[in-house]
Amino acid sequence: MSVRTYALSDSATMLRRQLRRIARYPSMTVLLVGMPIIFLLLFVYVFGGTLGAGLGEMSGGRAEYVNYVTPGIILITIASTAQGTAISVAMDMTEGIVARFRTMPIARVSVLTGHVVGSLIQTILSMAVVTGVALLVGFRPTAGPIEWLGVLGLLALTTFAIIWLSVALGMVTKTVEAASNLPMPLVLLPFLSSGFVPTESMPTGLRWFAEYQPFTPIIETLRGLLMGSPIGDDAIISIAWCVGIALVGYLWARKLYSRDPA
Amino acid sequence: MTKNPSQPAITATGLRKSFGDKVVLDGIDLNVAEGTIFSLLGPNGAGKTTVVRILSTLIRPDAGEVRVAGHDLTREPNDVRAAIGVTGQFSAVDNLLTGEENLIMMADLHHLDKRAGRRRASELLDQFDLVDAGSKYVATYSGGMRRRLDLAMGLVASPRIIFLDEPTTGLDPRSRHTMWQIIRELVASGVTVFLTTQYLEEADELADRIAVLDQGRIVGEGTADELKRRVSGGHIRLQFTDVRGLESAANTLGEVSRDDDALTLQVPSDGSVRSLKALLDRLDDESIEVEELSVHTPDLDDVFFALTGHPSEHEKEPTQ
Repeated sequence: MSVRTYALSDSATMLRRQLRRIARYPSMTVLLVGMPIIFLLLFVYVFGGTLGAGLGEMSGGRAEYVNYVTPGIILITIASTAQGTAISVAMDMTEGIVARFRTMPIARVSVLTGHVVGSLIQTILSMAVVTGVALLVGFRPTAGPIEWLGVLGLLALTTFAIIWLSVALGMVTKTVEAASNLPMPLVLLPFLSSGFVPTESMPTGLRWFAEYQPFTPIIETLRGLLMGSPIGDDAIISIAWCVGIALVGYLWARKLYSRDPA
Repeated sequence: MTKNPSQPAITATGLRKSFGDKVVLDGIDLNVAEGTIFSLLGPNGAGKTTVVRILSTLIRPDAGEVRVAGHDLTREPNDVRAAIGVTGQFSAVDNLLTGEENLIMMADLHHLDKRAGRRRASELLDQFDLVDAGSKYVATYSGGMRRRLDLAMGLVASPRIIFLDEPTTGLDPRSRHTMWQIIRELVASGVTVFLTTQYLEEADELADRIAVLDQGRIVGEGTADELKRRVSGGHIRLQFTDVRGLESAANTLGEVSRDDDALTLQVPSDGSVRSLKALLDRLDDESIEVEELSVHTPDLDDVFFALTGHPSEHEKEPTQ
């Protein structure tokens, strides 16, 4: 059917729409980038001296802690923009324009792919800003070009997975308010990982959770790529988590979208 | 697109839909001829919007056979979608885009090439008197402008069938007349219009055929005149200059209702020339002076009351 062949061009149209909407609602983007930057400054300048001393490595203190915490902060950027995605999907579903799209002969999934790719671009730009601020406050990665490419690839994959999940979260909620709360755990998860302190310093139950949740292997892989620490099988585990989350999010979102609207 | 009344643009038989245990459509049959305006008339909560949502492929019916533009609704939804344009009760426009961007987005989604899309967008802006507003964000539009843009967006691909769900609800009288004019022009160009309205005047003004929907059932169908003929209530109104004239006319005519303050009499009549002449002859025989005479045929308000057993403007819990 002709609809299938147009999936790409319809998705491109929806992406253009989404990028315009993001550009015309800049306060949302500022808010979403602002949160990780505030966390970064808070952790580096307020807690950094003490936490850095507790890392038990070289006597780097604050300077050492910037390098340790930046991967976790970058993941918070992803979780934060994911919240924005859920809100914007929820808002969209309540508006008449999506009802109109449903009565048009277009590839159904294109409305969702527009959101996903738009948010992906938004998140990658946000992460670039956050990384820039980290460099300004003393982040000194040792990565070469290949490692940076790996970092970009892993971050894009992680973002892609989280965004599909938040598209589904944005649709499963009935109101925009609920949509803004539902992805909240995603913002908290990096704190319960190896992002801010080594998991060895946590009590047993929490340590067990921190070691097996998806953000820890992702952070460890990023840290390995950026700072040269050993990666081991964290890379494979990270990719497996991302593919799994993306698949679940995609299938769930597609199922929710093909329901009859209320 | 030729006008071919013998070929239906929309047919539905036994259309049913429930939400939970609330029956919204309880077995509806429809037949809309190509190139005509068909109006579904009913109060809030009658199920009009649900009919439009089903016919435009937005939601699925529980039961019933529906064909739109010759295609089966459930088996070939994309062929149906390619033939229709929809303007909903709530504006289906993107507030964060400009009017022109909205139209070009529609052109892109209909896969017009870039230049053709731009041309179509500017044609429609022109046709709908939105040229100056074209470069402004839709969020700044007035209700009437929004509704016109909404309609224009449904017309980008020149659909054969257009669904208009309460296109003038909430509009001021001037915007309403503009909208009526636009609808008439559409039909003149061969398009079929399926219109829902809660305004009797609107159905009377525009529709070739009217179906009255009440509590999920069609309770009457026909042309406005056919529907009006089904109810009594026609009368001739006589206006007099003084009480003396009123008195003698009332005595002569017998069965009338009189209004002494307004100096008028209402004489029951079917509105035919024969009965009018008979009435005038009787007044002439008695040399009674009548200052003014007017013939009142029943309006759709009377029809609505007769068909549903309740007046049209009752308050019901609105369904979305």
